[in-house]
Amino acid sequence: MKLSSIADKLNLEIVTGPELEEKEVEGVYIGDLLSIVMSKAQQNFLWITIQTHINIVAVATLVDLAGIIIVEGMDIEKDAVEKAREVGIPLFKSKLSAYDIACKLKEIGI
Amino acid sequence: MKIAYDLHIHSALSPCGDNDMTPNNIVNMAYLKGLNVIAITDHNSMLNVIPAIEVANMRGILVVPGIEVTTREEVHVLCYFSTIEDGMSFQDLIYDSLPNILNKEEIFGEQLLFDNEDNIVGKIDKMLLSSSKYSIGEIFNLVKIYNGVLVPAHIDKSSFSILSTLGFIPSNIDIKTIEIFDLNRLGDMTKALQQEKYRIIKNSDAHYLASINEADYYMDLDTLTAKSIVDYLKGGL
Repeated sequence: MKLSSIADKLNLEIVTGPELEEKEVEGVYIGDLLSIVMSKAQQNFLWITIQTHINIVAVATLVDLAGIIIVEGMDIEKDAVEKAREVGIPLFKSKLSAYDIACKLKEIGI
Repeated sequence: MKIAYDLHIHSALSPCGDNDMTPNNIVNMAYLKGLNVIAITDHNSMLNVIPAIEVANMRGILVVPGIEVTTREEVHVLCYFSTIEDGMSFQDLIYDSLPNILNKEEIFGEQLLFDNEDNIVGKIDKMLLSSSKYSIGEIFNLVKIYNGVLVPAHIDKSSFSILSTLGFIPSNIDIKTIEIFDLNRLGDMTKALQQEKYRIIKNSDAHYLASINEADYYMDLDTLTAKSIVDYLKGGL
């Protein structure tokens, strides 16, 4: 499913979303320990986390993730947003918990 | 004797460290700033410590063998050793426990190895920002086996710090000294910290030459050796 369509259906706040239209999501990974995400998440996966610092962008770039959803309404650090914009990693925010977002993703067929 | 220190400096071996962070540049900057003792604490590697010690010997500056380990919980802890032999044995264990993920230089930066004339003699391919396989408790015990001391790094930072990641300082490890990045934030942390329990040190966590500490922070020591520094950090208040 297209990332833009997911953002729309889940009512996600788009923090930065370059190349949103083209990105195709092939799976989801949930986790907050960067080293685990780095070794387990796969290319074009959507990543759900509560981490908000700049290193999440580095991890997403390393694995070539489709985008990141930051849950629980956490405030994202400014340099993380800037870096995400620079390297083209879409960042989304939601007030929902990781579990609730995951359930919704399941409902829409991801 | 008042000893001016900065025990948390990254060389260009750390992916985030500026490529100007060579052994000679770091030691000479420390010399200009009037520091007596420094530590090169790269992420999960000590491979630039020996050239730094060689350069520092010529300047009369002490380099304490050190490393910044990422625990399995993604907490950054500084580990210091009395001898380079103990430090290198410990660093081998840490390095070997890192997952085989290759560094992407264009994102994370280069991981450069130097000799004592600042020649680049190699690069580390494995990504040093990964976490080791050991928990903070296991690291604490390993450091002890190698006669070293563990100091939680920048406990006031919002990522990779013991307070941000674990939420508290576990009572099963006997920590005596903690590092703080911004002394102004100490007041906000009274509850989480019970800070009267700890000796507090203020390092630079420098990734650029200009960030290295001025001679503003001191330890009071009888002798200036790596062992006396380690003992000081082990001693608490």
